[in-house]
Amino acid sequence: MRFLPLLWATLWRRKSRTILTMLSLVTAFLLLGLLQAANSLLGLGTVNLNAPILITQARVSFTSPLPMRLLPQIEAVPGVDAVSFSQFFGGIYKDPKNFFPQFATMPDRWFRVFTECKLGPGQLEAWKASRTAAVAGKNLVERYGWKIGDRIPLTSQIWPQKDGSRAWAFDLVGIVDDATTDSCPRKNNMYIRYDYLDEARQFGQGLAGIFVVRLKDQSQAERISSQIDAMFENSPDETKTQTERDFTLNFARQVGNLNLILNLILCAVFFTILLLTGNTMSQAVRERIPELAVMKTIGFTDTGVLVLVLAEALLICFIGGMAGMLLSVGVMKVFAKVLTQFPAVRADLRVWTIALVTMPTLGLIVGGFPAWRAKRLSIVDALAGR
Amino acid sequence: MSEAIVSLRGVSKTYTRGKQAVKVLEALDLEIAKGDFLALMGPSGSGKTTLLNLIGGLDHASTGSVTVAGERLDQLSGSQLAKWRAHNVGFVFQFYNLLPVLSAERNVELPLLLTNLGSEQRKKHVMTALQIVGIADRAKHKPSELSGGQAQRVAIARALVADPTLLVCDEPTGDLDRKTADEVLHLLQVLNKQHGKTIVMVTHDAKAAEYATHTLHLDKGRLVEQVRVGAAA
Repeated sequence: MRFLPLLWATLWRRKSRTILTMLSLVTAFLLLGLLQAANSLLGLGTVNLNAPILITQARVSFTSPLPMRLLPQIEAVPGVDAVSFSQFFGGIYKDPKNFFPQFATMPDRWFRVFTECKLGPGQLEAWKASRTAAVAGKNLVERYGWKIGDRIPLTSQIWPQKDGSRAWAFDLVGIVDDATTDSCPRKNNMYIRYDYLDEARQFGQGLAGIFVVRLKDQSQAERISSQIDAMFENSPDETKTQTERDFTLNFARQVGNLNLILNLILCAVFFTILLLTGNTMSQAVRERIPELAVMKTIGFTDTGVLVLVLAEALLICFIGGMAGMLLSVGVMKVFAKVLTQFPAVRADLRVWTIALVTMPTLGLIVGGFPAWRAKRLSIVDALAGR
Repeated sequence: MSEAIVSLRGVSKTYTRGKQAVKVLEALDLEIAKGDFLALMGPSGSGKTTLLNLIGGLDHASTGSVTVAGERLDQLSGSQLAKWRAHNVGFVFQFYNLLPVLSAERNVELPLLLTNLGSEQRKKHVMTALQIVGIADRAKHKPSELSGGQAQRVAIARALVADPTLLVCDEPTGDLDRKTADEVLHLLQVLNKQHGKTIVMVTHDAKAAEYATHTLHLDKGRLVEQVRVGAAA
């Protein structure tokens, strides 16, 4: 602690240079926080998706529908607790920029599978009572300022009605909430009645996009997946069954290996920061050679000087890093409020661990060479200006 | 002669510049008594600063023995020498060599950071040192806000704050006008006479040397003349 005023004063020797270096570190760690949080969401972050749930889709692609006749067969597989299904609706609310996912399903089946999701009192009954009724996730309702009883107009990009019209309207009767997690994707979706869609749509009757299977025992997931897929092997409706988490990850991978892309961006950012901060530190030490020589003259050991220079690099990386991470937390909070159609991105323990390991590592790397140079400094040569 | 605080026996120093070996000091024997104020004079390249560096423990002799304050400096490692310097010797340079980012009091405090003194004690020592050199009122000022004479006083305060027995001064008035130089030299004289500090001072200035109790002339790395003078008042 006694060296802190010395370190702090040295750090601000060239104010503009220090501020610019810190700003570059803040930017780097802001990106680290945001991109790693996005990575968490795409990867490990999806653990909040229910583990004992399997998704059965057409083997070819999840965009190919499956016939509803598969439902009883899947239901009959030992270990299956409940089966629901859904059909993607693909509707636009007023303006194309208002995109949010809508799925057609049946109320009872859906709530038997997603047991953690809750509706308000009497809302399930209201949904069951009206074929044009719909329920929407809490985030969605907050985003558009809906209230129970509102009529929600949607223009489906996929399903025209029998009269050719793509205009549909649904009555909001319930709000889906999830007591177990804030980032449940179902809080960003809208659910309509499958029987209404199936009867009113121009084509595709008797088809569903996916089947959603709730298991009695999560450990049986692999066996049941294999068993379901085996039932439909060599049939016109071959299936691919996987956990909901894998399904979500595969969905994300449709746009490429995001995880790899995000990590490559971060590597590029940090490599640049490494060069930039390393150069700054080298310059800072170079112009302080006479001062370092004086410090050695008055009794600072070679190792002591090395530690001081390293500590300076660590301090600048820690301040810049923490500022960047805290800023990323703020930005994520703003994102969570504004971009409600996406699950909330958070800097979780994994992201903070990466950041807290990166800060000292960066500090040691950028400070290493200048510190070594300071350690090797010959007092006599430095004082003589050689 | 009273007890010697500095004792050099057969000291030689050779530097290598490129492929060339340059002999700076040759077979030098010297003793400096405790409480002495010695002026080292001589032409440029005569080895004055090199001799000062050996006495101050900043450099090792190529041959011979250097004993200062009872310690064989030629036998100490780099880190041992650093610790020895922190406890036994204070340095004053021609261009003050204060850290520009620190205030006067923080500059003076630097050697104390290497001791076990607490913050309050350090502050007390710093104020005492600043008062001795008559610059306590400029404690909060940075070197850029001080005149040459004031900066040199701060440098002297830094040199004596850890209460070393030996002060090593390399052209301490080389950057000062005559009047300020006389003030600084007078201060060194006071430190020598009233506080018992042994002072070794390199200077080109014959007037500055008059403040010393002894003057030593070096030429081409050899001791050519030793003069005892009456210190200037």
